[in-house]
Amino acid sequence: MFDILFIVLFVLAILISGVFFGEYMAKVFRGDKTFLSPLLRPLEKFIYKVSGINEDSEMDWKIYTLSFLSITIFSFISLFLLQEIQHFLPLNPERLGPVRWDIALNTTVSFVTNTNWQAYGGENTMSYLTQMLGLCVQNFISAGVGIAVLIAFIRGFTRNETHTIGNFWVDLTRSILYILLPFSIILAFIFISEGIVQTFKGYEVIKTLEGLTQTIPLGPTASQIAIKFLGTNGGGFFNANSAHPFENPTPFTNFLENYAMLLIPVALPFTFGILLNKRRQGYAIFCVMMILFLGGLALAIYSEFQGNPMLSKLGIHSGLNMEGKEVRFGIIPSILFAVTTTCTSCGGVNSMHDSLTPLSGLILLFNMCVGEVIFGGVGVGLIGLLVNAVLAMFIVGLMIGRSPEFLAKKLEPFEMLMAVISILSTPMSVLVFSCIAIMTSAGLASLNNLGPHGLSEILYAFASPTGNNGSAFGGLNASTLFYTLTTSLAMLIGRFTTIIPALAIAGALAKKKFVPPSSATFTTDVPLFVWLLVAVVILVGGLTYFPVLTLGPILEHLFMKMGMSF
Amino acid sequence: MGEIKRGFIIFILFSVLTGLMYPVIITGLAQVFWKDKANGSLIVSNKKVIGSKLIGQKFTSPQYFHARPSAIDYKGNISGASNLGPTSSKLIENAQKEINSVRSENALGKDSKIPADLVLSSASGLDPHISLDSALLQAPRIAKIRGITLDKMNKLIYKNLEEPLFKFLGQKRVNVLTLNLELEKE
Repeated sequence: MFDILFIVLFVLAILISGVFFGEYMAKVFRGDKTFLSPLLRPLEKFIYKVSGINEDSEMDWKIYTLSFLSITIFSFISLFLLQEIQHFLPLNPERLGPVRWDIALNTTVSFVTNTNWQAYGGENTMSYLTQMLGLCVQNFISAGVGIAVLIAFIRGFTRNETHTIGNFWVDLTRSILYILLPFSIILAFIFISEGIVQTFKGYEVIKTLEGLTQTIPLGPTASQIAIKFLGTNGGGFFNANSAHPFENPTPFTNFLENYAMLLIPVALPFTFGILLNKRRQGYAIFCVMMILFLGGLALAIYSEFQGNPMLSKLGIHSGLNMEGKEVRFGIIPSILFAVTTTCTSCGGVNSMHDSLTPLSGLILLFNMCVGEVIFGGVGVGLIGLLVNAVLAMFIVGLMIGRSPEFLAKKLEPFEMLMAVISILSTPMSVLVFSCIAIMTSAGLASLNNLGPHGLSEILYAFASPTGNNGSAFGGLNASTLFYTLTTSLAMLIGRFTTIIPALAIAGALAKKKFVPPSSATFTTDVPLFVWLLVAVVILVGGLTYFPVLTLGPILEHLFMKMGMSF
Repeated sequence: MGEIKRGFIIFILFSVLTGLMYPVIITGLAQVFWKDKANGSLIVSNKKVIGSKLIGQKFTSPQYFHARPSAIDYKGNISGASNLGPTSSKLIENAQKEINSVRSENALGKDSKIPADLVLSSASGLDPHISLDSALLQAPRIAKIRGITLDKMNKLIYKNLEEPLFKFLGQKRVNVLTLNLELEKE
């Protein structure tokens, strides 16, 4: 009963804040005054002045892409170097040595692409300085980049016969200064007041009540956890991520972390509607995401409450699957977190996904495999869904026999080519890499589970990096050379085949003239469009992955029901 | 080339702002206003740190409440879970072993139902809590060894019970370390 109340209140909370926050973000990107402007505007101007940015100058899509690549490359060099020389630098009380090169490379790619896949263990690998100046900075920049690119993408639809789509530096600066930073600060303080640690002291090594030795890891955690969720990053300060009591000590922090993951992705469709001057269009996009989100959530909760009949037979009460879950959260908040984190491409976890029941695992895989478009990562999630909408409108165009258009822009071969690259790159990467892993001994050696669950582990290990998600079926040993290199590639493919085609589409659309609406125009802010887009997402995902999902989670579900173990 | 130079400067500026100023200022304020919590909610007894209120510990002796199984044995230097899937033979074996030992330690029948959290390992390996049912199940054993009435033992458990916030946030749970510390005081 109270569990249902939990879900209802949660959905209401994100809906209400989404509307307001969407409005706020629209103001920020139109350059209007907001309640934070008196405080932040001088800082913003200072940044432009020092770096020689003219706020009013605009870029075409190629320069915009180049700017994005430029900050990405500096991020890359800096983060890699920090990990390799951390033993010479301050704020390393545990005297952790340099990170193994392939793990450092993997982590660098992971954080620069907003994936935050963890091939490393936080508390025994990264110094405090690497966490702050390396990982924390990328938490901000990679998230800011995602929002900036979305705003440029939206401009493609709002502009008429121009070749520019905005200024990357201005969009990035505003994302970080007005959206990510202030709300991270508020969140960090709430987290600290609840017990998340925030200190530069070294680890405590203690004798427990029974006289055993225990290490209590510490660090500047709260500041990083705040942006980890707000920017849908998800990389943990500690190995167990947000299951670790110091990353997520109470049900209240759990609620906030879950909420923070969705705050920006839920609000962005509303921002989209406002910037487009078609609010109903924003609502329609929001509905598509919400339908897919709630559908998956319902199935996952149902599956988890069915429990595991094999555990039930041993004498466990209700066969309840508490393996890999924390008592302070319990079943429903753990599942809500798991579904949210895979939908939003956050990747922070409060339970171990590897140990969930097979059909819950299926939902998580599906959320990532469709390309992280159900809310998705900050910015890039909405881009993904809009690219799916472009595909949907192309199909509609074929069906009604008119040249396809979307939001008063004609869709032509170049845009369709880019859309198809963007949509097909996900299954290409996930399936081809999974295939290679299954066929090589290096790929199979990392498995922690056998039988169909092993296949799910491998599939997850490529679905998550390709979707720039970062959560894992953690049993699979991802720190071998084979997996660090292949997942690095998957992350790069996932990131660049979202952002670059999106910018190309934006550039192409901005050049086009608005098509005046006629009686034959297919309206895109009505329920028919909502269901059409839901169907396109499910069909593209479903048809592509159906065979492998059958052999993985679905088969495992049947084996579990039959009481077979491996 | 201009954009590359700008990329460099912006990167440095944001590194300083979000990588140094942001965490350092927050740490400074945290150390002033929430000193205890920001440093790990440590429990000090006889001038010695004996643990953190938020981090679970391993208990094996029968006069203490036992915590959940842990894939890392509560060592704490690296956190983590078993990551065993629902059809893993190892999961079933581990669960069977835990169930057997819970039943024999607490003198329970071989068909008794055991709360899931007490025999399945946690996500962090450091779960500080057990469910109310798991605590009540162990109460008779501990009451007998410590020579106190079951009634008093149950009262102690309920005194340490953490209720869901606003009735819907979280589960009814008991912090094993603080409960055991209180036992020591009795």
